[in-house]
Amino acid sequence: MSTETQTTPPAPATGSAQANASTDANGAILSIRNLKKYFPITQGIIFQKKVADVKAVDGISFDVKPGETLGLVGESGCGKSTTGRTILQLYRPTEGSVLFEGKDLATLKGEELRKMRSNMQMIFQDPYASLNPRMTVGDIIAEPLEVHNIAKGKEKKERVQELLQVVGLNPYFINRYPHEFSGGQRQRIGIARALAVNPDFIVCDEPISALDVSIQAQIVNLLEELQERFGLTYLFIAHDLSVVRHISDRIAVMYLGKIVELTDGHTLYANPLHPYTRALLSAVPIPDPLIEEKRERIILVGDVPSPVNPPKGCRFHTRCPLAIPICKEVAPEWRDVGNGHFVECHVV
Amino acid sequence: MATTAVAGHRPIDQAINTKPPQGLWVDAWSRLKKNKAAMFGLVLVIGFFALAIFGPMLAPHDPLKIYDGKSFLPPVWSPDFLNPTNKTGDPQFFLGTDSIGRDVLSRLIYGARVSLVVAIVPTIFITILGISLGLFAGYSGGTIDNLLMRFTDIVYSFPDLLFFVVVMFALRDSFLGDWANGLILLFGALAIVNWVGIARVVRGSTLSIKEKEFIEAAHSIGTSDQSIMQRHILPNILSPIIIITAFAVPRLIITEAVLGYLGLGLRPGTSSQEFFVTSWGSLLLEGQTAINAQPWMLLAPAIAVALVVMGFTFLGDGLRDALDPRMKGTG
Repeated sequence: MSTETQTTPPAPATGSAQANASTDANGAILSIRNLKKYFPITQGIIFQKKVADVKAVDGISFDVKPGETLGLVGESGCGKSTTGRTILQLYRPTEGSVLFEGKDLATLKGEELRKMRSNMQMIFQDPYASLNPRMTVGDIIAEPLEVHNIAKGKEKKERVQELLQVVGLNPYFINRYPHEFSGGQRQRIGIARALAVNPDFIVCDEPISALDVSIQAQIVNLLEELQERFGLTYLFIAHDLSVVRHISDRIAVMYLGKIVELTDGHTLYANPLHPYTRALLSAVPIPDPLIEEKRERIILVGDVPSPVNPPKGCRFHTRCPLAIPICKEVAPEWRDVGNGHFVECHVV
Repeated sequence: MATTAVAGHRPIDQAINTKPPQGLWVDAWSRLKKNKAAMFGLVLVIGFFALAIFGPMLAPHDPLKIYDGKSFLPPVWSPDFLNPTNKTGDPQFFLGTDSIGRDVLSRLIYGARVSLVVAIVPTIFITILGISLGLFAGYSGGTIDNLLMRFTDIVYSFPDLLFFVVVMFALRDSFLGDWANGLILLFGALAIVNWVGIARVVRGSTLSIKEKEFIEAAHSIGTSDQSIMQRHILPNILSPIIIITAFAVPRLIITEAVLGYLGLGLRPGTSSQEFFVTSWGSLLLEGQTAINAQPWMLLAPAIAVALVVMGFTFLGDGLRDALDPRMKGTG
């Protein structure tokens, strides 16, 4: 990595000091406003007509502050990964804005968007699928350098070797193919590729859920070290609540395409407000048999409704233990209940 | 630095590092060498190429020269059942002579040229066309894919042999049919129908590769669409392309032979100075008419076609395995 990134400690959750990322008026590196991503369901062989939408992400708003890690949790199919991919414009949003370093990515196109990609990167879930099996490790990591004309020839090779070292791999691996590595090593290669362009912001899409537990800790530690060293900002998508708690400054909880609660990690675990968050947290086992025995689980009834036709009013009312009549009619507002603790619920 | 994390990986590092790095093609060649069937195929294919290119030097006689009184000679080593006329072979004519006294071996060697050119030139053409169209359709998806593939379906539904026969019959006497003994017309007819198979296979493989995470990773890096197709998709669909190409070559040789057999192939040359004097298809046709008296006239070109087809098939099979980096260190 280059010299301009100094080893400043990671910014606290308040996001006070961060040198190398430009921010917008309210001090956020990334501002999402009313982001929606609908996937059309089509019928017909030649002339396809749209019959319905899968509302994968349905109007979410949040800010990410420079240098922080924002955890995004929720059960499978709630739209976490779609959110990450829509922010990076791998899926173009149906509606809403993605303000990144002062530019609305949703309106950028072609070359402009391609240039912005050197500031934002992604680490993928499956280290076995996210590396091209026909390319050597050197070529994989060098690709972003070539695409953005960062380095050529000998300089490029040196940079790749440096990156391998940064992620804890032997620089001699440059001519190996991905299949010669273990899952954890492959994930390191994926991280090196993401770091190659010196990004400010990285979406980590469940980067550890495909790995062995013993390797998970190594990768989480590596991500934390890199954040400290290069002043990175993470959007950390996961479904493992204890990992998210460990790595995140703030945590957002998603349910059926909406964020239902967003606050700093400590508050979320100590004082969860939304009934869905409470149910989710009550499912985390506690590694102490005496406390674990007394742990009360809130068991939700029923299944997650279909995102094609989400329930009217509050999306959670069909399964909510606290639901009152208004929940069935009116969608609750996204409001701040104090100290940056956001929640979307009528009851609290 | 990530020193804590590195510690656990050291032993693996060293184990991997004992091997010097090799390029993809060097590695593929070392694997191909170990595959006996593929090497046999390679020898056959190289022999066939040599035969076609150095034909005039290798052929013992002028393929068109008629030797008076030497007709109906069997091959020198002919067993009795191959020799209904009970003539004695002449060492001058290794594979015997035909009904008017021309050397069968020389004619066979000259025929290899036509088979080679007819196999290689349209194959190059259909491979390029098929890959471009298939890749573009599969990668673009949506309406473009739909239109291109429906067009492909239409071409696919042509009964190909009938199409060749109609084209060759209709255009044989035109300017196009005269060009290079009718070779250009033959190329055109073969290429128009045969790109479809490759395009479909390439499109299907592209669809499956396109959904892989590493393509998404390339998008998130900012790689251009063209570069994604060239660097990420194409190398990953090489196996089916190599296989289908390796099988296209023998199929075209057979098609040319069939057309030659039907009398719709190349026009026979009138002087041995011409590049294309005869083809294996025409030789098969001549041999078939003389099957009772001179079975060697049919057997020689038939065995030649079979050997070359087998060579290309074995070689294609071996290449598919050799070009897969996951097979590294095996074989």
